[in-house]
Amino acid sequence: MSIEPFSIAIPQEILDDLHERLARTRWPDEAEHAGWNYGTNLGYLKELVDYWQHSYDWCDQEAKLNRFAQFRADVDGTRIHFIHVRGKGPNPTPLLLIHGWPDSFYRFHKVIPLLTDPASFGGNPEDAFDVIVPSLPGFGFSDRPHFPGGMKSLRSAELLSQLMTGVLGYQHYIVSGGDVGGRVTRLLALTHPDQVSGMHLTDIGFPREITFPPDVPNPSPSEGRFLGSVGMWFFQEGAYAALQSTKPQTISYALSDSPVGLAGWIVEKFRAWSDCDSEIEKSYSKDELLTNIMIYWVTGTISSSARLYLEDAFQSAPQLSVGQYIEVPASVATFPKDLTYPPRELGERFLRVARWTEMPRGGHFAALEEPELYAKDVQEFGKTLKQ
Amino acid sequence: MNIQPFTIDIPQETLDDLHERLAQTLWPDEAEGTGWAYGISQAYMKEVADYWLHRYDWRVHEAALNRFAQFKADVDGVGIHFIHERGRGPNPTPLLLIHGFPDSFYRYHKVIDRLTDPAKYGGDPDTSFDVVVSSIPGTGFSDRVTFSDDINADLFAKLMTEVPGYKHFVSAGGDHGAIITQALARRHPELLIGIHLTDVGYPDQNTDFSQLTPAEIEMAQWVQRWFMEEGMGVNMMMATRPQTLAYGLNDSPVGLAAWLIGYGSSGQHGKEELETRFRRDELLTNVMIYWVTQTINSAARAYYENMHVASGGGISKSETVPAAVAHCPYDPPLPREWAARKVNLTHFTEFPRGGHFMAWEEPELYAKDIQDFVSTLRR
Repeated sequence: MSIEPFSIAIPQEILDDLHERLARTRWPDEAEHAGWNYGTNLGYLKELVDYWQHSYDWCDQEAKLNRFAQFRADVDGTRIHFIHVRGKGPNPTPLLLIHGWPDSFYRFHKVIPLLTDPASFGGNPEDAFDVIVPSLPGFGFSDRPHFPGGMKSLRSAELLSQLMTGVLGYQHYIVSGGDVGGRVTRLLALTHPDQVSGMHLTDIGFPREITFPPDVPNPSPSEGRFLGSVGMWFFQEGAYAALQSTKPQTISYALSDSPVGLAGWIVEKFRAWSDCDSEIEKSYSKDELLTNIMIYWVTGTISSSARLYLEDAFQSAPQLSVGQYIEVPASVATFPKDLTYPPRELGERFLRVARWTEMPRGGHFAALEEPELYAKDVQEFGKTLKQ
Repeated sequence: MNIQPFTIDIPQETLDDLHERLAQTLWPDEAEGTGWAYGISQAYMKEVADYWLHRYDWRVHEAALNRFAQFKADVDGVGIHFIHERGRGPNPTPLLLIHGFPDSFYRYHKVIDRLTDPAKYGGDPDTSFDVVVSSIPGTGFSDRVTFSDDINADLFAKLMTEVPGYKHFVSAGGDHGAIITQALARRHPELLIGIHLTDVGYPDQNTDFSQLTPAEIEMAQWVQRWFMEEGMGVNMMMATRPQTLAYGLNDSPVGLAAWLIGYGSSGQHGKEELETRFRRDELLTNVMIYWVTQTINSAARAYYENMHVASGGGISKSETVPAAVAHCPYDPPLPREWAARKVNLTHFTEFPRGGHFMAWEEPELYAKDIQDFVSTLRR
């Protein structure tokens, strides 16, 4: 298994081509008083794209990302990109952080220093972690699997297990994730309970996805409310998931060919799923939004990432049976503006809940939006596991 | 009412810009060997794009469309584009043809002549029609505004009665056009001689399933399966976040073509047989109509405005307007009894071939069915 150091170095032609495309964007019209009701607001997207063209400096962002030690390792024929930063402490715990869709390894860039070097932030070096932040296969700077089934979360979990043990030599590690990353986290715990000492989750998944109980018999009132809200959410917000679960290729042509198309697709979710009171820049700067979008654009990974939805929906069997538990200790942190806000009792139907934190603020991309809250919760979980 | 003759005349810069974009298409990666299983096949799209860039000649099709007499009328402040061809016969019946999505007025380009001049095709000049083919507001050369179908019906009623000044007419349509036609029948029954539909809508949350026959249940299951496998994502996207969708589709011609052709090819048989049902030039001309007018957003918004996830949900039927339904095998099953629930059914035909865009795919069968239906009404 070969591992090589990696630096992000996007060729100038890609950046020049991007700028040409942005400059010749054909903007659609918009309904009167649309706001964000019909999707990404036209006025806001124009503002963001104007910044993208005239002020955004990818080279600067690239250099900042390259300050993290990055590598690529060939695992079972797929090269996995990852950040690997050693903890500054006597006995750092290995910690694997897994992003989701439509984000990237970039989700965790603010928490890496907090987790690897707590002493610098007034904390205890005993709580340091060795932090590994991969790009999931088909995302970011990892390879895009080109065979059917290559994007299944079950496969990604297996590759990450091999990365942590076979490549990096860890025997035990904690895993943290949300969204698709949460699913991969739960799969890792299910398939390698010997390796995964604890799993930290920012959501517990949702009905009919592969790592959620196939049935919730006799739901309590709060469980019933949650299940109802998931259904409602799907019809109001879940079109992208329905589309990517059935026709990912059909939408990929536009999103691979039009950077503004890609930006519109992604920005909508960052606003809708964050604690920003409907003003996206209360949670993220333009630079942050664009750097994440750039990671999709320069790697051409929107199409592969979309395939994950179909492959998990139709090519993956449910991984939990009724009443089955994931036996690895779980720490769940729920953020109030995430897509779903599950009650603890629902988590306790299939998770061995060691900790359950109801955060005061934050949304779906918790580590990016509320890095201190997130990092502290992971640290507390680490301490709990050490006892 | 302000009416102007209309000619399609796309500026050369638009065509040149289109060619540059096509030439510089950035293609997505794909999972090898998945063909049409993950959406519209990339091998197919590359062929289409290559043809579009190197062989397709818009000016030829523009000229062909301009052989029809076209107009744009201001109806209650909304500019509506339409073809208006007079019938050749002693007493032509006025006929309004309404398209759907992802098609356009282009759906009817092959039937206009058959309907206006049946004698030329060996038919009876007594069964000729004055044909009006309108572009639904928000699509093609009509204004880029989106309304609910009830309002579209009212606008078309006004168009027919005030522009050519018809007192009565037949309205025909499929898909979105069928819904608007049914709305016309409900809201303006006194204007309608009859209606002709190629689909009538499907069971939804308002349907009493205990009342359905086995054939209707089978239809419901077919539609449910279609929805889960084919239609759910695309319909939901347009019904909830059309603006998010529009950025890419209005900026990438290949992106737009994939969406429109992919949507039009959905269904059990549609995919691999697309090329045998529609010539490539025809598919592209329909895509061009959306591209040059930048109407994908306003057309998709109709789904939002109507909040339909399948056509024709939960509306009452007109009891007085006689209705014909024509069904083709590549469209979802349509039992006669289901048609009779949805419309005042007086004429029902099962065809041996054709699909969702019947007038486009089987112009001869379609024109004849309309003629046969209207003949029964006039007797």
